[in-house]
Amino acid sequence: MNAIPLGGIFALSLAAYATGAFASLANWRNSTLARRVCCGSALVGASLGGFAAGLGILRGGTAAWSIPSGIPLFAYSFSYDALAAFFNLILAVLAGAVSIYSFGYLKEFEGRRNIGVFGFLFNILLLSLAIVFTAANAFLFLIGWEVMALAAYGLVTFYHEDQETRQAGLLYIIMAHIDAGCLLLGFALLIQGSGSAEFASFHGAASQLSSGRQAAAFVLFFLGFGIKAGVIPFHIWLPAAHPVAPSNISALLSSIVIKTGIYGMARIFVDSLGGVPSWAGLLVLIIGVISAILGVLYALMEHDLKRLLAYHSIENIGIILMGLGAALIFRVAGQPLLAGVALIAAMFHTLNHAIFKCLLFLGAGSVVHSTGTRNMEKMGGLIRSMPVTAFCFLIGAIAISGLPPLNGFVSEWLTYQSLLAGFGATGGLTRILFPLAGSMLALTGALAAACFVKAFAITFLALPRGTESRDVHEAPWSMLFGMGYLTVICAALGLGATWFLRIFGGMTEQLLGQRVGGNLITGNGLVLSAGIPHGGTVSTAVLATALLVLAGSAVLVVRITGRKFARRRGPTWDCGLPGLTAENEYTATAFSKPLRMIFSVLYQPRREIQAVFDVSPYFPKEIRFESEIEPTFEKRLYAPLQEFIFRLSTRMRTIQAGSVHAYLAYIFVTLVLLLLFAVRK
Amino acid sequence: MTEVLTNSGLQLALLLLVSPLLSGIIKSLKAKLQTRRGPSIFQTYWDVFKLLRKGMVIPETASWIFSAAPYIVFGTATLVGLMIPMTTTHAPLSLFGGVLAVVYLLALGRFFLALGGLDTGSSFGGLGSSREMTISAIAEPAMMLAIFTVALGANSTNLSEMAKVAVGQSWRFLAPSQMLAFAALFIVLIAETGRIPVDNPATHLELTMIHEAMVLEYSGPYLALIEWSGSIKQLVLMTLLVNTFFPYGLSSDWTAQTVSVGLLFYLAKLLVLACLIVLVETTNAKLRLFRVPELLMVAFILGALALISTFLF
Repeated sequence: MNAIPLGGIFALSLAAYATGAFASLANWRNSTLARRVCCGSALVGASLGGFAAGLGILRGGTAAWSIPSGIPLFAYSFSYDALAAFFNLILAVLAGAVSIYSFGYLKEFEGRRNIGVFGFLFNILLLSLAIVFTAANAFLFLIGWEVMALAAYGLVTFYHEDQETRQAGLLYIIMAHIDAGCLLLGFALLIQGSGSAEFASFHGAASQLSSGRQAAAFVLFFLGFGIKAGVIPFHIWLPAAHPVAPSNISALLSSIVIKTGIYGMARIFVDSLGGVPSWAGLLVLIIGVISAILGVLYALMEHDLKRLLAYHSIENIGIILMGLGAALIFRVAGQPLLAGVALIAAMFHTLNHAIFKCLLFLGAGSVVHSTGTRNMEKMGGLIRSMPVTAFCFLIGAIAISGLPPLNGFVSEWLTYQSLLAGFGATGGLTRILFPLAGSMLALTGALAAACFVKAFAITFLALPRGTESRDVHEAPWSMLFGMGYLTVICAALGLGATWFLRIFGGMTEQLLGQRVGGNLITGNGLVLSAGIPHGGTVSTAVLATALLVLAGSAVLVVRITGRKFARRRGPTWDCGLPGLTAENEYTATAFSKPLRMIFSVLYQPRREIQAVFDVSPYFPKEIRFESEIEPTFEKRLYAPLQEFIFRLSTRMRTIQAGSVHAYLAYIFVTLVLLLLFAVRK
Repeated sequence: MTEVLTNSGLQLALLLLVSPLLSGIIKSLKAKLQTRRGPSIFQTYWDVFKLLRKGMVIPETASWIFSAAPYIVFGTATLVGLMIPMTTTHAPLSLFGGVLAVVYLLALGRFFLALGGLDTGSSFGGLGSSREMTISAIAEPAMMLAIFTVALGANSTNLSEMAKVAVGQSWRFLAPSQMLAFAALFIVLIAETGRIPVDNPATHLELTMIHEAMVLEYSGPYLALIEWSGSIKQLVLMTLLVNTFFPYGLSSDWTAQTVSVGLLFYLAKLLVLACLIVLVETTNAKLRLFRVPELLMVAFILGALALISTFLF
């Protein structure tokens, strides 16, 4: 096994993405060929990348390559360690599923849109992600980060004829640059401490900095990575940008691109800085709780299927941050075992969320593909015309709601265990925050289940609510295959969690100095334990088997007792009115009405009812109903900020008079000032 | 191995056979307190038996989800019952899932039942599902906080471990944290089993009903399964309450004697808790739907106080 060159395979996978990018651009005139080249090379790249990642995880240790560039502080350094291998594995699995799905999905673009450009951006996005996850030099990382942001911008605005899309793209690119700016400043502080831009040199660099600068570095990195991950209150671009992209891209954006923020936090806070002060860990935990709850509460109010999923990404990033925050706190408190459990909870949830969110977005993609609308209020009854898509979406919905026996449950269970352990492991009043965070996680989970009852039932069950969802067809086999592949992984990660958790051994050893993962498994490899003395145990495989046996015996009982009796189909009870129509059905808005009223402090709902009548108000001809909730963050936080920036730029206009002489003078003055500054040093 | 098998058999029998009796006792006691004659305590058995031997009508609009839901609800309710210690501190499947798995398995059953309610296309189904998911979501944090308080005391989320720790300390329920946690969990029990003042199990009035609206389209054997699993779920939650807070009669040995003593104590404790539920149901009026969150908020605050008092005392 050691004879296989990991670096070579990884380089080949990068080459496959690059070839795919330029080859599909070159073939843009022939859209069928461009589609095949785009998806085929992405699939090859993903397979090679997956092979390299699997090899990296199995082999353990770190493989590093560096090519000097001649530019100071910059080198083409890559490091393929356990953390990099783990994120590359997620990328490879998702890129594989999405490229198979895209074979069918892109067909509707043929002759209508430029698949060459799409293929270029798509492959460049995958390439830049692979570079971000592997780069070992701050500037190489930032280049990958920026290319990723630009490729994602191009893909988000792919339907650029739409005003909403262009606005979302603008918001996205502004936020992406704010985060890149924060990261640049953060790295500048670290480089000042270590004198080098290599990640390896950052170990211990934090201790060279004063505590104020350390805090500044933490805040800058948290802002930079937090904006990318979409944590509240920096989330506003995410629900705007993710839904407007083509669905296969939404799937990638929500599942892996936002995870670069989580990767960055793990890389910088845990690996490079070797821990952050405990207030910082607490901040991460609290922001995680807020993101999780507000994310799911906003998702509940959505009836745009894709935007609903986008808000759930914010929620799940919050859950990941709870685990990560706990890991950071335990690390400072000198509890490497607990830190390991919490880190595994966070990283396992990162993987799980990537898988089921990609699956759900691909499912939503085939629904939107068939019905032509993202509005859930016009859907319904799709389970009959699209049975496979419905089944895959249902599995994703169960998994994201954290219900056993699927993968979402396992990682949420680990998060609960680490939060509970936090009560005993830390001192002072802050320990009370851990069980409280746990109860908020419970609220989040229950609300997510309510939201996915709504999302699944309104989309797939009962009668079609609009003409869009009548006479629809199932998605082509390639799209179904892409979804089916992820469905199987969802089930496998849930049922085989104990088998899979071993891969975290290398990562925890590298990041925390203690190997955690294998020791969480007891009971002949079937039972997952929290690894803490007297901690809880769970086994999804046994629970699933027992559930199957018990439900199966209920089926037998009903079959035997009811064998003589008829089972017939009849109309649903319609209260004696002539026939049940789709207008009698509950809608997504109606479903979430109780929660809208209970949390009205947050939503500030506004509704308007207008009745048009001829003779008496008791016999209206038509009723117009309008209901909306207040976008709190956009209105209270970002609107004043935007206004301030506009006012500032109006002031700035006075020095921009359009005279070239004045501009030359500005440049000269700046140069002199900079020279003076340099000489003074 | 034989011990696990007999124990599973015993618990399964208790779940399947005692739970309808408990529902019947509650109904009958309630009627007595309201000076009505009321049904026989065995009425729930006859209902389930009758429904199992009837034909059924499945709505034309419904898909396979509608038919799968009753089985999943039944499966999760009985599975959860096997994870909770009843007569001794040993629960057959305790190793394979603690209290977190219990809560989440019940949520899985509820998830499918709510889908089944919406699958029919009737507005009653949607109404019931929407309200059920809302109430349970708001009950969840209170429930978890109360459970965490007990779990932190026992240092485990494993129910057998929690019971074992409780056994040694008979007067522990007098500790403020335990009393507060019990009060919080009792409110959650009322909400989760759909009893007055949260929901009225006897009503069929669309303005007030929650659970009954959701299962309105179910008939025959499917309805039997749903009613039966409702009773089982009620028994499970009551067991959780009596055995974690009042571990009398629980023994960590597993012999014929300890089991029979445990069984007697267990049934007696259930009866006392049933009386408490009846008392609450008879002396309270049903709350308006939008008052229920306030009640559950009370439970949440009780849970938080319970947690803080473990920290203080």
